[in-house]
Amino acid sequence: MVESGRTNPFAAYDPGRFFCELTAGRPDDRGAAALLRERIAAIGLDGLRARARAAERDLIDLGITFTVYSEASAIDRILPFDCIPRLITASEWTRIEAGVRQRVAALNAFLHDVYHERRILKEGVVPAELVLGNANYRPEMEDFPVRFGTYVHICGTDLVRDEKGEFRVLEDNARTPSGVSYVVENRHLMLRAFPDLMEGLRLRPVDDYGMRLRAAMVEIAPAGVDAPQVVLLSPGIYNSAYFEHVFLAREMGVPLVEGADLVVDNERVFMRTTAGLWPVHTIYRRIGDDFLDPAVFRPESLIGVPGLIDAWRRGNVALANAVGTGVADDKAVYAYMPRIIRFYLGEDAILPNVETHICRETEGLAYTLAHLADLVVKPVGESGGYGITIGPRASAGELAKARAALLANPANWISQPVVSLSVGPTLTEEGLRPRHLDLRPFTVTGRESWVLPGGLSRVALKEGSLIVNSSQGGGSKDTWVLEEPAP
Amino acid sequence: MTAAPLLARYAEGMFWMARYVERVENLARLIDVTQSFESPGREAEAWYALVRINADEENFARRCGAVSPQAVTRFYLDDTTNPTSVPAAMEAARTNARTLRPLISTEMWKQVNQFHREVMETAPDDLEGDALSRLCARLKEGIQAHTGITEGTLFRDQGWHFYALGRLVERADQTTRLLDIKYHLLVPRGREERRLAELTQWGGLLRAAAGYHAFRRVAAATFDAADVVGFLLADRSFPRSVLLSLHEIEHHLTTLRIRYGLHGTADALERAWETRAAIEGRSAERIIADGLHEFLDRVQRDLIVLAGSIGTAFFRDWRPFAEADSP
Repeated sequence: MVESGRTNPFAAYDPGRFFCELTAGRPDDRGAAALLRERIAAIGLDGLRARARAAERDLIDLGITFTVYSEASAIDRILPFDCIPRLITASEWTRIEAGVRQRVAALNAFLHDVYHERRILKEGVVPAELVLGNANYRPEMEDFPVRFGTYVHICGTDLVRDEKGEFRVLEDNARTPSGVSYVVENRHLMLRAFPDLMEGLRLRPVDDYGMRLRAAMVEIAPAGVDAPQVVLLSPGIYNSAYFEHVFLAREMGVPLVEGADLVVDNERVFMRTTAGLWPVHTIYRRIGDDFLDPAVFRPESLIGVPGLIDAWRRGNVALANAVGTGVADDKAVYAYMPRIIRFYLGEDAILPNVETHICRETEGLAYTLAHLADLVVKPVGESGGYGITIGPRASAGELAKARAALLANPANWISQPVVSLSVGPTLTEEGLRPRHLDLRPFTVTGRESWVLPGGLSRVALKEGSLIVNSSQGGGSKDTWVLEEPAP
Repeated sequence: MTAAPLLARYAEGMFWMARYVERVENLARLIDVTQSFESPGREAEAWYALVRINADEENFARRCGAVSPQAVTRFYLDDTTNPTSVPAAMEAARTNARTLRPLISTEMWKQVNQFHREVMETAPDDLEGDALSRLCARLKEGIQAHTGITEGTLFRDQGWHFYALGRLVERADQTTRLLDIKYHLLVPRGREERRLAELTQWGGLLRAAAGYHAFRRVAAATFDAADVVGFLLADRSFPRSVLLSLHEIEHHLTTLRIRYGLHGTADALERAWETRAAIEGRSAERIIADGLHEFLDRVQRDLIVLAGSIGTAFFRDWRPFAEADSP
């Protein structure tokens, strides 16, 4: 049924058994959710649709797009934007912030350990072969010191919220997490198109991400450099995240360079300018480890910089994130994160994991095979939501395929129960409907960690879908973190 | 606060974005004037002149074959695969703008992006009858909007100077081509008919360059070919004259040299002086008597060398390690 513009858009809204981010009772929101619902209702469906169309037009004109590659073509798409914001209360945020900080601290301690003493492997907390045999383990990193022990300077922690409203960590993104540009752009878009929705609400600002990031990049530069030159290294305009690279370079006020703009001479890195070679001290790289330096990793990489790793190992340039962080955010290591946190920090995880079965272990494989139809099966070392089989939604043929893949190479897989992701009211053709959400807060770490209030709320726009990835039909929402009440 | 010097790739992108954008405007001007040069029964000849002044004879023959007004307008306005077309130039301008997004203003990028979409939506109907002139007007206005936004929002550091250089080199080149169109046009035989036809053609040319009114202000009541040639080539105040463009090129090269210490500008400056001297050193009458077409050809070749000199010094044949600062 298509609702007309005049009825209350929440009249037919039913989140069912899922936790709803806008209608579930949350005593500590001080009436913000109810106020927001009232304002949304006052604008009405027609008004929402008209403004949403204008907002999407804006995104296209501004070129706030990502590129989807299929076999033969590359199409610029906007990340679909849903104009109904997601609300996070001050106390919820306090918990999330503490949880992701703890997680990032543990990831850095873990990386330092596995590339140095390997205590955690020697004590058998994490199986050694899981780390040392991991494709993302980089022997080049062994015994190599990084400033402040920070390997993961930018971390995106994917959170989901279960039926009871509890936040759980679904995944760590410790390599080159993306999406932060949408957090800031979505807020700008909401300020332009829906100023009346936020009027009088005290929200935590998201504007200073670029400044914080730049400050961290300056902190990690080689010691003794007066005014470190920071650059952002991008694969270039054909990369699907190019818009974000531009955004971050602009927000930091630093040049966006491509591999060919950099040269290494005498183990120092320079960029090619109209005035000659200009020294570079910190590189925020948005290029995977494999492609960074053809002299060390993939020799066929055209987007990298020959000699970069040498210059780095000499301590003449800093790289963010450090090389070899992929061994920590691997889906197989993820299962051990609660134990990793306890091992290094002596604390329980503030944000629990989603229960995870490791198929490289006999028990995990047996359990997964026995409950395939009830589990989500994920390949380790993949990103972007590719290769996932959602048991309860899969056909008999798809299940058989997943089973065969599991048996062929069990170590490549983990499985998890289907988490009942929370929902948020989302503007659809039919009216406001519940759609599943996740949340990716971003943590920036130089000497210390800072967490951007909120993060990227991704929304699965298809009815019932749990896959929020932008490459697979996901969109995003503005994420509003309410300020602490004034004391 | 010392800012880092400009990335060589950005300098190149600025130069080329400006050239492509200027090319779109000038193509629109050329097409507009060509339409007014059609004479009944001989339409194809006027349009083929356009192909010749752009040195597109071979390219056109390969893609289109027979010459007709429709074939030529499609070739320049509605053929994305023709590298010398308006849509191809706009595509190249946008690709450069995309690589320059960290540098240029958001408003510049937004307008280029929107205008690019508009150009790509050109339909066959837009090329018919009176719609063609309206299309040319829209193209000119779109680029003028770009120029205005750039003037009002682009930060005036090195990038601005490379942008200005691209625009001026292209503009000087295009003005010589506009002038050259006269060389390819036919005139009637009879003395009085010839005089009148020439008047109309020169007037059309001046209008296409947006110089008709200014020309009337400075020229004598009765004018001849040499006055128009002198105006488009060597006027010191007309924004599209070749001489004024060269003066401004020298200004931007000098600023890059003095304010930013870019000594690689020396050769390009010398080229600009030489070309300017060639124009200033002789009267329009002399140029016409010696062969206008040949003279314009020479200026076009000089401009190619000038652009190459800027490219060699700052973009392409850049010599790594030559002047490396030690950190």
